[in-house]
Amino acid sequence: MDAHVTTEDGWIVSGRQFGSRLIVGTGKYKDLPTTAAAIEASGAEIVTVAVRRVNLSDPKAPMLQDYVSPARYTYLPNTAGCFTADDAVRTLRLAREAGGWNLVKLEVLGPPPTLYPDMPATFEAAAALIADGFEVMVYCNDDPIAAKRLEDMGCVAIMPLGAPIGSGLGVQNPLMIQMIIAGAKIPVLVDAGVGTAYDAAFAMELGCDAVLVNSAIALADDPILMARAMKAGVEAGRLAYRAGRIPRINAASPSSPVTGLIR
Amino acid sequence: MDATPELLILTVNGEALSFPAGLTVAGLVTALALDIRKVAVELNREIVPRSTYAQVTLTSGDSLEIVHFIGGG
Repeated sequence: MDAHVTTEDGWIVSGRQFGSRLIVGTGKYKDLPTTAAAIEASGAEIVTVAVRRVNLSDPKAPMLQDYVSPARYTYLPNTAGCFTADDAVRTLRLAREAGGWNLVKLEVLGPPPTLYPDMPATFEAAAALIADGFEVMVYCNDDPIAAKRLEDMGCVAIMPLGAPIGSGLGVQNPLMIQMIIAGAKIPVLVDAGVGTAYDAAFAMELGCDAVLVNSAIALADDPILMARAMKAGVEAGRLAYRAGRIPRINAASPSSPVTGLIR
Repeated sequence: MDATPELLILTVNGEALSFPAGLTVAGLVTALALDIRKVAVELNREIVPRSTYAQVTLTSGDSLEIVHFIGGG
C-alpha cells in the first residue's frame, strides 16, 4: 500500500498507539498452537485474556504465555465471570500483578441466554477500577447515554456489543453504534457479535476505531483463514470509512457517459 | 516433649493443603512447581507483590489464590 492509503491509519487508546484495528480474543480455540497461529494471521497487537486459578494438579500444563508472548502482544485482561465490582477489582489487581498492565477490559454480564451487559454493575465496577488506577476499556450495551456516562467517568474506550456474545449475528443496531461514535471523544469499538469478515467491515464503515473478535475466529472451520479474513475486513471497512461512501439514492445513475453515442 | 514439626494448613485455590511450618510465598510457589514469573498471588484477599514473595511467611488458616492468564474473550 502506498503512503496515501497508510497515512493516519493507526489509533490511540489511553496514550498507546496501535497500527492494527483488530483486537482478538484468545478463548474457545481447540488448542494453544492454533490460538497462536490465528492471532499471528489476524495481525492483532492487542489480545484479550482471562485470569483464572492455576491448576494445582497439573502445574506443568502449557500456558497461554508460552504460545502468545506478552512481550509481543499487549495483553488486555478481562473480568469475564465477575458479577460484582469487588470480584472485578480483585481479578484485575491479580492481572496487574501477573503482567503489570493497567489497560483492562471490564465486562460485567447478566445471566444466559443474553449475557447482556449488566450496566448498573458495570458502572459500579468501572468507578472502583478507575479509582484503583486502571485504564478501563468497557464492554457495554448499545446505549449512547450509558456510553457517554462511562466516558465521563474516565473510561478510556467504549465497547458496545454488536450482538450477543458468540451469536455471530453482526451489528444489530447500527444507528445506536453510530450515535455512540458521534458522541464519543474516546475510541469506540464493536465488541461481541461479529460473525464473519463482513460484520467487521460493516462495524468499521460505521466509524468504529477498532473491532474485537473472538468466537468468529476461534470457532470457524479454519480459524487461521478466518483470522486473515477479519484482518482484511477491518482494513477494508476502515479504508471505506476514510474514503467516504457515495450517498444511497433510490434511482439508477448510469456509470457510462450518455453523450457521444454512435448513431 | 517430642519435637513434632508444626504443620501449616493453607487453603490454596479452594483446596486445603498442608506444608511444613515456616513456608514463605516463594516456597509455596516452588513447592507447587509453578513458574513464579507466570502467576500472581493473593493472600487473604490482598495482592502479594512478586518482589516480596521471599519475605512473606505463611501461617495456618491463610487463604491464597494463585492465578495465571488463560484464553478469554
